[in-house]
Amino acid sequence: MLTVESIDKTYPNGVHALDRFSLDIAQGEIVAIVGGSGCGKSTLLRLAAGLDQPSHGRIRIDGVTITSPRPEVGLIFQEPRLLPWLTVAENVCFGLFDRPRAERLKLCAEVLQRVGLSDYASSWPRELSGGQAQRVAIGRALAPRPKVLLLDEPFSALDAFTRASLHEHLLDLWSALRLTLVLVTHDVEEAAFLADRVIVMKPRPGRVAAEFEISNTRPRDRYGEKVEADKRRILSALGRSFRTRAAGEELAPAAAI
Amino acid sequence: MTAIEQPQVAGEQLPAAAARPRVNRRIGARFLLGLALPIALALGWEIAVRTGFAEGRLMPPPSRIFNTLYELAITGELFRHIFATTWRVFVGFALGVIGGTLVGALAGASRLSKDLLDPTLQGLRSVPSIAWVPLFILWLGIFEQSKLALIAAGCFFPVYLGVLGAILSVDRKVVEVGRIFRLSDIALVRRILLPAILPAYVVSLRSGLGLGWMFVVAAEFMGASEGLGYLLIDGQQLGKPAQILAAIFTFAVLGKITDGLLAAAATPLLTWQDAFAPKR
Repeated sequence: MLTVESIDKTYPNGVHALDRFSLDIAQGEIVAIVGGSGCGKSTLLRLAAGLDQPSHGRIRIDGVTITSPRPEVGLIFQEPRLLPWLTVAENVCFGLFDRPRAERLKLCAEVLQRVGLSDYASSWPRELSGGQAQRVAIGRALAPRPKVLLLDEPFSALDAFTRASLHEHLLDLWSALRLTLVLVTHDVEEAAFLADRVIVMKPRPGRVAAEFEISNTRPRDRYGEKVEADKRRILSALGRSFRTRAAGEELAPAAAI
Repeated sequence: MTAIEQPQVAGEQLPAAAARPRVNRRIGARFLLGLALPIALALGWEIAVRTGFAEGRLMPPPSRIFNTLYELAITGELFRHIFATTWRVFVGFALGVIGGTLVGALAGASRLSKDLLDPTLQGLRSVPSIAWVPLFILWLGIFEQSKLALIAAGCFFPVYLGVLGAILSVDRKVVEVGRIFRLSDIALVRRILLPAILPAYVVSLRSGLGLGWMFVVAAEFMGASEGLGYLLIDGQQLGKPAQILAAIFTFAVLGKITDGLLAAAATPLLTWQDAFAPKR
């Protein structure tokens, strides 16, 4: 449903972020994109979200080329980016301004319930913990009922326990709402635990280094053999993608662990 | 901003309700603490003059100042002067705020208008506003218009700078959230830019108002038959230091009250702020 057709992205400052990158994502799939910093992962999401334009190639959703942000595609940033002057409930229904009031309130209450923050409806963002704030951000992205949710390292600033609980939460939302997820991450465990398919990217310019299916059935055991094995596969692919770098650059994918 | 009715959660409301009287008491204590220094100084001076340690002819003690204030008040003089001055500040401030906001918004909205306007305005800003007085008198005459123009010019610059600076420092990341949800330009201004610049805007309004009170004196020095500035000049020419101090005291009270009103009007709009709070 989401097809990335040979896109190229060169920024005005000359940085070649993506080089003829292609990807085909099926309805309901969870794709994790893994790579060190500067490999164009975030650029890819920004293009898919319609925030930036590719220099060449195109990204299509259900056959329609993405040129600007679309309601079918939701984006969750690395930081929650809540609007501090709106309450939690107002933040969640931020994207619903074009709906009638009754529907807006209904959707908002539904989403708050889904992300488990009904009790915080009238709180200010400053009163939330990091995990709660990111859940509000997820709720805000889900409220207009997107088909695809793009996540740009959404859990990287959270502690391990909060991260694990948000992983479960995301999987619940995914199965309940029949979402398609594209998750950019540098956390190998996150990729092995969540994804159906992992794309390993290599930097300068960003392109695909390796791609594999994760056959592990859900629910997965985060500390089980299978997730461990998949982690090792992803790690070694990442390691290889880093070794192709020019001499003098770091060899160990420190950012990937 | 979208208004939402949501069910109030009992557990959240209880602690807030219980904390209310304590907060009131703390505000009361802070108010008294703020009064402590001026009252102590006034009392000290009063005692020094009464006991003969100081002469008090050029620096009259508080009792004489308040006596002068009282005499001005019972004849109705004082309120005529207060009204004249406050009206001038109000009108000049309003003009300056409207101008500063519009031009600041224009310069913040487009790069071209900023490059066009900002250098000139920054140049004009560094002209001491008093320097305009002779010109304003030539242009607008000795009466109200020239006074209002001077006050408006004084209020214009802090508001202009505040609006422009606030717009330029709006977080790109928050603006991107608006783009993701496909806000129109107008909606982006209304739902993201305006609330984002509000705290800085309130600060610039307050400093504009402070300058308004400053310039009203300069304006009234250039020939006025009423106003607190007139009381100052009159006190100097007739050798009445108590009248000068009474006018100064009135300025302090009026300035504090109007600033407090402005701050209080903005507070409900800024409860969301997650600001630094100094230790007690």
